[in-house]
Amino acid sequence: MSKKQEEYEDIPGTWVFDAQRARKGYHLNQFLYSLMKPENREEFLADERKYLMKFPMTEEQREAVIKREWNRLLELGAVSYALAKLAFTDKKSYQWMASQMVGVPEEEYVKMMLAGGRSPDGWRSKKERGEA
Amino acid sequence: MAKIIAGVGTSHTPAIGAAVDNGRTDQPYWVPLFKGYEPSKKWMAETKPDVAIIVYNDHVNAFDFKIIPTFAIGCADVFPIADEGWGPRPVPPVKGYPELASHLVQSLVLDEFDITICNEMQLDHGLTVPMTLMWGQPQEWPVRVIPLAVNVIQYPAPTGNRCYNLGKAIKKAVESWDEDLRVVIFGTGGMSHQIQGPRAGLINKEFDEAFLDGLTQDPERLAKIPPIEYMREAGAEAIELVMWLVMRGALGDNVREVYRFYHVPASSTAVGNIILEAV
Repeated sequence: MSKKQEEYEDIPGTWVFDAQRARKGYHLNQFLYSLMKPENREEFLADERKYLMKFPMTEEQREAVIKREWNRLLELGAVSYALAKLAFTDKKSYQWMASQMVGVPEEEYVKMMLAGGRSPDGWRSKKERGEA
Repeated sequence: MAKIIAGVGTSHTPAIGAAVDNGRTDQPYWVPLFKGYEPSKKWMAETKPDVAIIVYNDHVNAFDFKIIPTFAIGCADVFPIADEGWGPRPVPPVKGYPELASHLVQSLVLDEFDITICNEMQLDHGLTVPMTLMWGQPQEWPVRVIPLAVNVIQYPAPTGNRCYNLGKAIKKAVESWDEDLRVVIFGTGGMSHQIQGPRAGLINKEFDEAFLDGLTQDPERLAKIPPIEYMREAGAEAIELVMWLVMRGALGDNVREVYRFYHVPASSTAVGNIILEAV
């Protein structure tokens, strides 16, 4: 079973949360959703692995949560809006999480944004960048 | 007769709400943004609409992943504020307008827009940040609100064209309500931004400015922009801009641009604001 490559898969540095990724990430995202409740946030922080075992996600997904591997989580089907709840549970901001995904210190990320943000030039296509 | 008198386009970046809630609006980072919204706030204070239809997207707060409606209308009397992971925003609960909301649902479904009905619904920053930007920090919101949630989280969001046509059907639905009401409609989210992966922080000012121009001059052109173009040119999450096309569709053929403001950055987003009056 396969389908032809979607046009958006050529966008560099991006994991579009499409139907297939959403399917893979369902239990992971439901875990993230559960962090809306303060009692769940507490329970999770007290014993992360134990809490994660309540959700039938893959071991790979659990490991990525524990290690806070943000880009890996996106790849494994987490959606950024839900991932934010994990960052908030850690008392971090969305901006901090974004800087982690980019792989730079937060101050550097803020500096880039204050200078007008990342230009789309050079970031439109994997093919153009020689990544595909 | 109820009438849609104007539309508001605005970003709904959560960091803007946090800046207000935590008293940081006078910090140098935030001063230009809040100054830029002053004319819109003044316009709203003078316009005093009875009802606001706020087109926004839920960010995994009202809806988890069990059920993902493409279009949903809130029909409750009152809507509580969601705890998004750091406690609910300290803003008043949002008063609904169940009679008019239910009328909208009925009219829209007969017009072939299959709307999900929400009789209970928590609201998140997608809806409350635009309210804060336009009405400040009142004890009680001075307007009744009909929340219209659009799925932009799981690809694909409804197309720009679909959103534009939904707006037209909303205009018709509002005008078939007997009570004399002055209604404003909000399109929220955007503008250019990407908040995931190594490409996070992408901003495309040219795209955003052309989008703002098009709202007044050529919405038909905007309605034809395919999803890939928003994502590639203006960031994966810029797809939120389709919600502005619901607002534009509801204003009829001709509009007058009253005010526009554009600013980079708020956290990872380009912030846009436009006020359009139906003429």
